[in-house]
Amino acid sequence: MADLVSHPDEVKVVSKRFGMGATNIDRYLELDGYKAVRKALAMEPDAIINEVKNSGLRGRGGAGFSTGLKWSFVPKQASKPKYILCNGDESEPGTCKDRLIFEHDPHAVIEGTMIAALAVGAQKGYIYIRGEYRYLSVIMQKAIADAYARGFIGKNIFGSGRDLDIYWHGGAGAYEVGEESALMESLEGKRGIPRIKPPFPAVVGLWGGPTVINNAETLASVPHILLGGAEWYAGLGTPKNGGTRLFCLAGDLEKPGVYELPMGYNLKKMIYDVGGGIPNGRKLKAVVPGGSSTPILLPEEIDVAMDFDSVAKTGSMLGSGGVVVLDDTVCMVKFALRTIKFYQHESCGWCIPCREGTDWLKKTLIRFHNGAGVNKDIDNMYYLSENMLGRTFCPLGDAAAMPMMAFVKKFRKEFEDHLDGKPCPYEKAAEPALV
Amino acid sequence: MKFSAEFEKRFAEMLTHYPTKRSVLVPTLLYAQDEVGYLSEEVIEEIAQRLELTQLEVSNVASYYSMLVTKPRGKYNVQVCTNIACMLRGGEELLEQCKGRLKIGNKGTTSDGVFSLEEVECIGACSWAPAIQVNYDFHENLDEQKMDAVLESYRKKVTQ
Repeated sequence: MADLVSHPDEVKVVSKRFGMGATNIDRYLELDGYKAVRKALAMEPDAIINEVKNSGLRGRGGAGFSTGLKWSFVPKQASKPKYILCNGDESEPGTCKDRLIFEHDPHAVIEGTMIAALAVGAQKGYIYIRGEYRYLSVIMQKAIADAYARGFIGKNIFGSGRDLDIYWHGGAGAYEVGEESALMESLEGKRGIPRIKPPFPAVVGLWGGPTVINNAETLASVPHILLGGAEWYAGLGTPKNGGTRLFCLAGDLEKPGVYELPMGYNLKKMIYDVGGGIPNGRKLKAVVPGGSSTPILLPEEIDVAMDFDSVAKTGSMLGSGGVVVLDDTVCMVKFALRTIKFYQHESCGWCIPCREGTDWLKKTLIRFHNGAGVNKDIDNMYYLSENMLGRTFCPLGDAAAMPMMAFVKKFRKEFEDHLDGKPCPYEKAAEPALV
Repeated sequence: MKFSAEFEKRFAEMLTHYPTKRSVLVPTLLYAQDEVGYLSEEVIEEIAQRLELTQLEVSNVASYYSMLVTKPRGKYNVQVCTNIACMLRGGEELLEQCKGRLKIGNKGTTSDGVFSLEEVECIGACSWAPAIQVNYDFHENLDEQKMDAVLESYRKKVTQ
């Protein structure tokens, strides 16, 4: 349903079957489908884990943790069943990539989940898809049923003597459920409230059993790594940042869209070349590099390689691949308000710093945007955010605090320009530029 | 309480997927809501009984998820995203346009019961913004004219 785009700089790995009819299982098989899992069946679990480790694949949900390393934390012997949980609760504002994977290549997610299960010794995997993505759940349910009908999943998969079940699971609207422990709570039929860590899910997860939780794009990348080899995949990206990823270009761009680019692709090039630059002769004001929780970057900060380590050096994060571009007509107080309004809405309320902090920030920003802010509010918003950092069970509090601190630090003048009952001085700029 | 044969088939199958009955709760509530229109007391009671939970436990979970509602709404729920990517490309204007055309506010329902309106958080259509969902259907890359055409297409569906 969503339009596909392309650009000559793209390196298609995860997206290589997009638009090729691969939801059909026969077509998927023609396009090298289910070859990687057959290969994995002949490998030792440690060899699979090492291959993924060496590929430099890092979590595409946003945290960027080494996937192979995550798998290696699962104990070999466990008294309870082990599980793989595919996180398809894509909800970070700016992010719309897993949607395309589910829509065009659902079997790749199934196959990646299977390989993860073989690597850690799990016999069950769940693919959790957010409730809003109903048409994708229909596609995934059919793909799973087709794979069962062929004997690829279920009892004695591919005649190997091993049993492996993969199931679909659906959400019903909640950003917080994208956090891994809240995701497990939701799958267990509860409110999506995070669990305290440790113990980490790799040790105590679903129903108390060791559980690996990976983002859908991460898992969909795994079959390609097994077929192409760790060295090939690692070589596509930058050191310690293997492969490619789907970047969702959004906001004030000529050619927004989801593009698969090598890790480490230059952000400036991504905006001006791949995304076609800023429309209407406008200038770039700022960029959110990896979903709304990542601190905003100024135009002078965008000459950066889009990999986890390089973006971290700018004080922001690569995050979930959602690149949101703002032109010079955007009021940053308003943009901050919309960002915080989201986190206030989605805070599950479990941890007080997040519940109260996001609410307080929202109220202050509303007051500010209405011209009723006072000077000390500016520092208060920063101070409040600083005190939310690291003081919650899950990273939602941080996800609100980090961008808020950057808004204040980098756009202090815009906050000051709203003081003393002045009407928003930036919204007027939305009129057409003088040519 | 009667659900469709499809619902019952899915429900029975899903129960075999998990070590606990309760695990089917969230998707089951959404599928039940799709059939009834909202989570009535009767639905909550039925699901609670099937899963050996109290009604309070079920309501407690239902109240957490933004898509689950306990009051009826219009046949077509128009969900307008105004989160950052959509806001930058006119999402707020679309919401105002819908309010005007449907003559209802956020979370309101038209008197004929055809439309409801809801401002929603990110629906995962950022690269195709501004976007809305009507029930589960996405409508993307919208502008004022396209938005009117979308509303009109649903209005026509009712009269056909």
